[in-house]
Amino acid sequence: MSSRDDMLRAIRAHALPDAPLPKTTALGVRYDDPTAQFVKLVEAVGGAVLHARDAADADAQIRQLEVFQTSQRRYSNLPGIGESTFDLDALARPHELAGTGVSILGGEFAVAENGAVWATDAGLKHRAIYFISEYLVLVVPARELVHNMHDAYARLSFENPAYGLFISGPSKTADIEQSLVIGAQGPRSLHVVLLGD
Amino acid sequence: MSVADGQPTTQTHPKAALPFVANDERAHWHDKALWFVRHKRDVAVHAVPEWEQLREAASQIKAHTMAHLADYLEQFEANAKQRGVHVHWAADAAEHNEAVLRILQRHGAKKVVKSKSMLTEECHLNPFLERHGIEVIDTDLGERIVQMRHETPSHIVLPAIHIKKEEVGQLFHEQLGTDEGADDAKYLTEAARQHLQQKFHDADVGITGVNFAIAATGGFVVCTNEGNADLGTSLPPVHIACMGIEKLIPRASDLGVFLRMLARSATGQPITAYSTHYHGPKAGGELHIVLVDNGRSDVLGQEKFRRSLNCIRCGACMNTCPVYRRSGGHSYSYTVPGPIGSVLAPSRGMKEHYSLPYASSLCGSCTDVCPVKIDLHHQLLAWRGEIARQKVLPWSKRTSMKLGGWLFRSPALFRLAGWSGRLALRLLPRWAIYHRFNVWGRQRDLPPAPKQSFRALYREHQQRRRSDGE
Repeated sequence: MSSRDDMLRAIRAHALPDAPLPKTTALGVRYDDPTAQFVKLVEAVGGAVLHARDAADADAQIRQLEVFQTSQRRYSNLPGIGESTFDLDALARPHELAGTGVSILGGEFAVAENGAVWATDAGLKHRAIYFISEYLVLVVPARELVHNMHDAYARLSFENPAYGLFISGPSKTADIEQSLVIGAQGPRSLHVVLLGD
Repeated sequence: MSVADGQPTTQTHPKAALPFVANDERAHWHDKALWFVRHKRDVAVHAVPEWEQLREAASQIKAHTMAHLADYLEQFEANAKQRGVHVHWAADAAEHNEAVLRILQRHGAKKVVKSKSMLTEECHLNPFLERHGIEVIDTDLGERIVQMRHETPSHIVLPAIHIKKEEVGQLFHEQLGTDEGADDAKYLTEAARQHLQQKFHDADVGITGVNFAIAATGGFVVCTNEGNADLGTSLPPVHIACMGIEKLIPRASDLGVFLRMLARSATGQPITAYSTHYHGPKAGGELHIVLVDNGRSDVLGQEKFRRSLNCIRCGACMNTCPVYRRSGGHSYSYTVPGPIGSVLAPSRGMKEHYSLPYASSLCGSCTDVCPVKIDLHHQLLAWRGEIARQKVLPWSKRTSMKLGGWLFRSPALFRLAGWSGRLALRLLPRWAIYHRFNVWGRQRDLPPAPKQSFRALYREHQQRRRSDGE
């Protein structure tokens, strides 16, 4: 523990002038049509948005997707939307997810400002499913759309589930001469389905 | 060492930049590539009307955190432990490396996948682990490319920005068996994806950096576009996150400010593809956090340079810097290049890094684009004063500065020098002007000498105005 005490002592040796912590809630941009903004941003980051009236409509639309039809191995944790060809809970290790094509998972809410969807590992034995799947479909209730990141954090407590992430578009890189390539290490595509009105 | 080695140099910046600037076509290509990123940043930033308020808030949050850093670190530790995280403290790079090694050895780990972390670069973790028989694979595509070339990143966000696609093609042909001569970015990225998938699959432990750690919740955030950090932490059972103590923020709501700024400043994206919030280990897994000082608490005590700890490592100051763009990241003698690196480096070793604060035109563009309002060009100037006061400058520079100061203080002497300079430029043969003592004239010609001085021109102009007015 001595490094800990040394470090804290070294930091406390410098008395710094206090500075107030600012309020950040009033900083967020608001949109007249947040849904239109969200759709624009998802498309700008290489994803696509589908609008579905209800679960049956979402299911029908997802089954039409090429990423669904070409996937041999599929997973969905949403009743009535898509289908699973294997039992996630039966896999002892996340490594057994290798070779998964499309995964259809629920997102908690969406952010208009940047086209991001908040997703957690609630009910998912292996969080690797978000990253190892070749194609990802996130289904989010259309009314669960916040304007900006400040509103987003107002909703988050990081208690049950503790783990979560913002996903904005498919995995991408521009590390070779600044040429954008979609599908770096993670999913090669992202569809966001906005469900309901 | 030279730029060709692809390692941080031990030479002065002008010397180390020589091979880079010698290739004019390539230097311009590099300049353009970075200006392209700078432009994307501008477009993204201008789309946020409250950008300046965000900058102010970010700067205030950082100032507040630094004033209470010890308290917040203790709060972070307590909350992280409550969530089942193992928290380690490392006063310097050696302690950091030892802490990571101990965890790896306890698990009998032989293979590690690592996502981008400038801290582990700063601590030289890779060579240390390799000496202990552990395979470390950098999984960010750009970092993997520089690792395969036995280089270090030349940019903190775009590690391989100095490498051309033909060179990546050749490298992958030799090491990954891609087609000879193939240099399509998509094809090469796919080859790297297949190569790295195997590495993720085989890894015993995943190491990541930390973008932000939250005192109030004991959690932390890692941002990537490729998803490499996420694969590296969700497949292996053990995750080690290494962070400098300045990465702390008080509240989760502060992330609203920082995540809005980070990607926009870095690459012009509204947010990175993945912004993952870790609060405790995954079921059946283990999560370690290593808190590293390595000189940061010293900087905290330096009033003029304290704000450099605000840095969120977006790289915007590099993309905009005319010196960085035209000299390349490997001409800087520090892991972090560009304006922020040139501010951070001298406190790590003034003798070693004295030339870096001079690798700037002091144009102030870095300060303008900095999302957390670090007064970068003022700090660069302050370092120059510090370096001169400590007599670290070489004799030639010290003497010429003294002569310059003397000249500028005396109007008569200044006039005489101007007159003789104009005369000399007109009359002297080329060899008498461009010789080994004229360092400035090595890569460029002096401008043609004007017929008269500015002072004479100004006097003439005034007289003409007076006679016109009559």
